[in-house]
Amino acid sequence: MSEEKKGFFARLKSGLTKTRENFVKKVDNLFTKSEIDDDFYEELEEILVMGDMGINTCEEIIDELKVRVKKESIKDASLCRNILIQSIKDKMKTPEDAYDFEKDKCIILVIGVNGVGKTTTIGKLASKYRSEGRKVLIAAADTFRAAATEQLEEWAKRASVDIISAKEGADPSSVVYDAVASAKSKNVDCLLIDTAGRLHNKKNLMEELKKMNRIIDSSFPDAKRENFIVLDGTTGQNALIQAREFADAADLTGIIITKLDGTAKGGIAVAIQSELNIPVKYIGVGESVDDLQKFDSNAFVDALFDVTIDSEDERTEQ
Amino acid sequence: MAFESLTDKLQNVFKSLKSKGRLSEDDVKAALKEVKMALLEADVNFKVVKQFIKSVEARAIGEEVMNGLNPGQMVIKIVNEEMVSLMGSETTEIELQPGKAITVIMMCGLQGAGKTTTTAKIAGKMKQKGKKPLLVACDVYRPAAIKQLQVNAEKQEVDSFTMGDNISPVNIAKAAIEHAQKNGHNIVILDTAGRLQIDTEMMDELKNIKENVTVHQTLLVVDAMTGQEAVNVASSFNDQIGVDGIILSKMDGDARGGAALSVKAVTGKPILYVGMGEKLSDLEQFYPDRMANRILGMGDVLSLIDKISEANEEVDVEKEKEMARKFKKGQIDFNDYLDSMKQMRKMGGISSLLGMLPQTGISKDELEDAVDEKQIAHLEAIVLSMTPAERSNPKLLNPRRKNRIAKGAGVDISEVNRFVKQFEQMQKMMKQLPGMFGGKKGRKPFGMKFPF
Ligand SMILES: Nc1nc2c(ncn2[C@@H]2O[C@H](COP(=O)(O)OP(=O)(O)OP(=O)(O)O)[C@@H](O)[C@H]2O)c(=O)[nH]1
Ligand SMILES: [Mg+2]
Repeated sequence: MSEEKKGFFARLKSGLTKTRENFVKKVDNLFTKSEIDDDFYEELEEILVMGDMGINTCEEIIDELKVRVKKESIKDASLCRNILIQSIKDKMKTPEDAYDFEKDKCIILVIGVNGVGKTTTIGKLASKYRSEGRKVLIAAADTFRAAATEQLEEWAKRASVDIISAKEGADPSSVVYDAVASAKSKNVDCLLIDTAGRLHNKKNLMEELKKMNRIIDSSFPDAKRENFIVLDGTTGQNALIQAREFADAADLTGIIITKLDGTAKGGIAVAIQSELNIPVKYIGVGESVDDLQKFDSNAFVDALFDVTIDSEDERTEQ
Repeated sequence: MAFESLTDKLQNVFKSLKSKGRLSEDDVKAALKEVKMALLEADVNFKVVKQFIKSVEARAIGEEVMNGLNPGQMVIKIVNEEMVSLMGSETTEIELQPGKAITVIMMCGLQGAGKTTTTAKIAGKMKQKGKKPLLVACDVYRPAAIKQLQVNAEKQEVDSFTMGDNISPVNIAKAAIEHAQKNGHNIVILDTAGRLQIDTEMMDELKNIKENVTVHQTLLVVDAMTGQEAVNVASSFNDQIGVDGIILSKMDGDARGGAALSVKAVTGKPILYVGMGEKLSDLEQFYPDRMANRILGMGDVLSLIDKISEANEEVDVEKEKEMARKFKKGQIDFNDYLDSMKQMRKMGGISSLLGMLPQTGISKDELEDAVDEKQIAHLEAIVLSMTPAERSNPKLLNPRRKNRIAKGAGVDISEVNRFVKQFEQMQKMMKQLPGMFGGKKGRKPFGMKFPF
C-alpha cells in the first residue's frame, strides 16, 4: 500500500493517472462550448450527477444558475461555469467556529452506518490531537462487531493514547458512562467515542445511540460536544437519508467524508450541506494514521468538477 | 417517499392521456423522463441510465397498450421487464467444483464493503449444504481483521486459517489450500483486504493470488448504498482480476440500490446473494424482479401491472374477438358473464385490483362499500345454478326455472329476478349503442362491463 503522504488533490490526480488508459480528457475541454445552451446545462447536469450530488440538488443549483444567467445577461459559458463553481464553494465553506472544539475540553461522538471508516477516523483524530499536545482518551463503545475493540486498541497504540473498553456484547452505554467518568477524573482534553456501525433504519439501534448521547450530556454537561457523522465518499443518495436520521438521534455538528483517495467525489455532501446545514469538517484520504485532512471547500469543489471521460465515450460522441 | 412522488408524477403526466391503441413517441418520452429521474435518485449510474433509457425508448414506441393499463403504466411495465432481464432473469448459485474437489473462492471489494462478514455468511450457507468450509485470513493490513474473521468463524462453527500479518497474502492462500487438502475441507474462502480499484499495488496482490493458486470463483462485494462510483469499481475489478459473481451487502438499509443495475450492466456478471443484516445468517438469494421493483420504487403499480399481464396472457385472443362481436350485437349470455368473473378473480378480485390503482383516489372503505363482493358471489352462484341451455339462452328463463335457480343458489327469488332484468337491459343497451363496447380502439379494462 502506498504510504506516501499526498494532498487530497494530488492523490486524486495521481490516482487518475494510474488508469490513464481509460481516462483521456478533462472536463475543461468538455467546456469549450462558448454558448450557454441546453447542451451546456446537460453537460453540467451530467458532471454534477456523476459526482453523486443527486439529481434534485443538481436541478436546484442549475435552476438558480439559469435565473442568474438571465438576470445578469451572461453570455459566456466559461463565466457561467465559474459562477456555478464559486456558488458551490460558498455553500460548502466551513464556518469560522467549526474547529473551536479543538481548543476546548471536548467529547466527540463518532457515528455512522457500517464500514464507513469510523474506527479508522478515530485513530487518525486521536493521533492528530495527541500530536497537538492534547490529552486524548478513546472509548470503544462498539461492543457488537467481532474484534472491533481489538481494532481500536491497535489505533490507540499507534496514537499512544489510552483506551477504555469492555467485552464483546457489553452494554455500549456503560462503556460511554465509564469513559466520561474517566475523562473527567483524569482531566482529559478530548474524549473520542467509537460506536458500532448501524443502519439508520434500525429503530432499536438508533435508540441505543440516543441513550449514549443522553448519558454524555447528563454526566458531563460542561464539556463541549461534537457529534460527527462519518460518510463513505462512495455512498450515493442514501447518505442524505443517513444524515437526516442520525441528526434526529444526536445533533450533528460535523461531517467526515472518508475514502476520498478513491475516484469517488463525495458530492452528496453538497446536498447534505444545503438541506441540513451540517458542515464537512474533515476528510479521509487513506488508511494510514495521517491520512486525514481538514476540509477544504475549494479543493473539494474543484475535484468535483475535475471530471474525466473515458475514451469509449469520446469515440461514440465524435 | 420517493415511491409516492414518482407515482404522483407519472399520474400527472398521464392525466390528460386516454388509453390509446399504441404508445406514441410523446407518451414514451414523457414517461421516460420521470423514469430517468427515478433511476438517478436510486443511484443508477448516469451513463447506464442514459443507455438504458435509450433502449427502452426504442422498444416502447409503437408498442400496443395492454388491456387495463394506461400509457404510463405500459411504459413502466416495459421498463420493469427490461430491468429484470438486464439484471439476470433467474437466480444464480455459486458454482462449486464437482465431487470432492476443493472450490476456492476469493472475496474482494472496496474497504468497508462487508467482505469479512459476507465470508462468514457464505461459510454458513455452505455448511448447511453439508460442505466443510475453511475461512482464510488474507487481510494482513487492517488492524484486527484477522481476529474478526476468527471470531466469525467460531460463531459459525467452521474452521479458520491464519498466519498472522507478516506473511504475504499469496503465501497464506497457498498454505491454506494445502491445509484444506490435508484436513478434508472442500471449500476455501479467501477473505482479502479492502482496496481501492485504482491502487495498483493492491490490485496486483489479487492478480498475484490468482496467478499462484487456482481460484474458482472471484466474488465482488458491493455496498448497496454505493453511488455513481459503482461502475468504476466493478469494471476495474472485473477488468483487472476477473469477477465471477457479485454480492450486494447492506440491503437491509433503505437505499434503493441502483448500484445493482450499474454493476450488472458494466460487468454482465450475476448477482448471487444479498446481505440483509449483521447477523451471520442474514444472507439471501438475489431476486432480479424484487431488485428491479426496489430500484424503480413503485411496488404497488408494478404488482398491479403483473396481475393484469398475467390475466391478459391467459385470455384467449380468439375468444376475446368473439366476445367483442357479441358485445356489439348485444348477444352476450351468462357464459360470458362467468368467463369475465373468472378473469377478474385471477386478478385478485375487484376491490383488491381497484385498491392498487393509485388513480382512483377512493378510500379502501368506500371501495368495499361500492363493490360488494358478496353480492358478486351471489350473482355468480345464480349463474352456476343455471343449466347450460339457460346460460347460453337467457330467454328460456321462466318463473319456474327462476325459482329452481334461486333455490340452487341459496338466494331469494327477487334477487334472481333483478339480476336477469339487469342483464336484459344490458343486452338492449349494447344493441342501441354499438361501438361503446368492444372494438379495437375502445378496449375497456376488463374487456367487458357487467351490471354489478
Ligand atoms: N482508502 C481508504 N480506506 C479507508 C479510509 N477510512 C477508512 N478506510 C478503510 O475502510 C475500512 C472500514 O473502516 P473502519 O474504520 O473499520 O470502519 P467502521 O466505520 O469503524 O466500520 P464498522 O465499525 O464495522 O461499522 C477499513 O478497511 C479501513 O482501512 C479512507 O479514508 N480511505
Ligand atoms: Mg468500527
